[in-house]
Amino acid sequence: MSMLINGYEVVIGLETHAQLQTQSKIFSGASIAFGAAPNVQACAVDIALPGVLPVLNREAVVCAIKFGLAVGATIAPRSIFARKHYFYPDLPKGYQISQFEAPVVSGGGLDCQVGAGDTAIRKHVRLTRAHLEEDAGKSLHEDFHGRTGIDLNRAGTPLLEIVTEPDMRSSAEAVAYARALHALVRWIGICDGNMQEGSFRCDANVSVRRPGAELGTRREIKNLNSFRFLQQAVDYEIEWQINELEEGRAIQQATVLFDPDTGETRAMRSKEDAHDYRYFPDPDLLPLAISPEWIASVKSGLPELPQSLRHRLVTEYGLSDYDAAILTAQREMADFFLRAVTIAGSTNAKSLANWLQGEVAARLNREEREFDKVPISPEQLAGLVLRIADQTISNSIGRKVFDALWQHSGDSADEIIEKQGFRQITDSVAVERLIDEVLAANVKSVEEFRAGKEKAFNALVGQVMKATKGTANPQQVNALLLAKLKE
Amino acid sequence: MSLTISDVERVAKLARLELSASEGAATVTQLNGILAFVEQLQAVDTTGIEPMTHAVELVQRLRPDFVGETDHRAAFQAIAPETELGLYLVPKVIE
Repeated sequence: MSMLINGYEVVIGLETHAQLQTQSKIFSGASIAFGAAPNVQACAVDIALPGVLPVLNREAVVCAIKFGLAVGATIAPRSIFARKHYFYPDLPKGYQISQFEAPVVSGGGLDCQVGAGDTAIRKHVRLTRAHLEEDAGKSLHEDFHGRTGIDLNRAGTPLLEIVTEPDMRSSAEAVAYARALHALVRWIGICDGNMQEGSFRCDANVSVRRPGAELGTRREIKNLNSFRFLQQAVDYEIEWQINELEEGRAIQQATVLFDPDTGETRAMRSKEDAHDYRYFPDPDLLPLAISPEWIASVKSGLPELPQSLRHRLVTEYGLSDYDAAILTAQREMADFFLRAVTIAGSTNAKSLANWLQGEVAARLNREEREFDKVPISPEQLAGLVLRIADQTISNSIGRKVFDALWQHSGDSADEIIEKQGFRQITDSVAVERLIDEVLAANVKSVEEFRAGKEKAFNALVGQVMKATKGTANPQQVNALLLAKLKE
Repeated sequence: MSLTISDVERVAKLARLELSASEGAATVTQLNGILAFVEQLQAVDTTGIEPMTHAVELVQRLRPDFVGETDHRAAFQAIAPETELGLYLVPKVIE
């Protein structure tokens, strides 16, 4: 698909740093818990005291293997750690331990959905590699009377850097990929995906070219920590680069920062030779060996992947591809659905999907809560859907029961229906008696209806429903009322 | 391949090493001696031989994911030149 902007094709590649969900750091036994007082989680290894040695955390490697399996990549039987050198006070060793020539994961790819609904398209993004590395500390530039404060708690936090091929052609595709990756790393439980806390951050390499021409010179936008900023930054950068070229100026390779306040990108003071990191294999770390047996055992512990589940939701439960895509966008929602559907049965799958995408999603959104904080259980929602399906309650009463389930109580849908007298009146004798009462009390509406005013009928239906406190079946009321009026 | 004084100066700058003029000149000679030796090594046919990344024929031992370190901030910061509110202070970094 070619999307040109002023005759230019956009080329985007992303590098994402996903913080791995371990207890301790990648090369030391210090905690990586968020929010500790400065430097209390920075041990001798993290602050690079002389004589210390790094020892690799097994769980960080497991996370990398899980990721490699989930994206269909090659997991290297032998990979090596390298030193990447630069000088900055929040990097006390003077180098970052990373991987260079032989990363733990190479190749693979990720499918994502660009856009929504009928116009949505599938896009495959190839991955170049994913490698293990350590994070740096944090620099605080304010409030220290002209000094910079250094907190090394984050130094040594395990990261997986995931690098794509330059496969994306618009900011929308870049965001779609980032969202799919975000969902996947959470799905397989290797990263909490908390973007505010910096657990998942993207660098975007952006260039533009005339279709068919060589790749243009790229500029790298660093540290984008929200999908919205990613979109804004890339859009701004595309416009800026096209404008420069149109004005006859060449693009200089640069690292740029995005300023969310102005919505602009600006080049960092470009340091001479800033990209000359003088990588070499770290003599403190031996090659990392990953056996086929180890990979197999990690594989057996992986959950069903979203792609496969999505396919199953369509074929086994008869959901639309759209519904399946939404339900598999988040592991928590997919698990909720699967538990609920085993209780409610696959005939109610579509109804469950509708509740999850409708009421549940809307309320979570309104309350600014994530799905893992959903206050109702799969059992409760399944119970509700079953009672609507067997016509114990109507859809509109269903919403009231849902309300009650959401508000509090470990009550089941059945308990709420009983306690609040929501059971639908299907006894036609009882309904007819109520209709008679309503007709007697609303002579004027009856006359209006007989004179041909359709609206009067609706008013009468409303009165009957009110008299039954909403527990009558509206279709039944319609039919009985019409029969009465025609007597 | 041989290095010039400007190559040495550039690498010294990247590594934050200060070399006097005489040290620079001596370093050029020494490094070129090393490179000449490497050139001899490169003459050997290494087809089919896996590159050696470490001098020891072992693989990395792994550590269980366990928080075993406790807070030693006070001890570490006792030898730091300057600290405040638990932070290490350094000359202002401007980006």
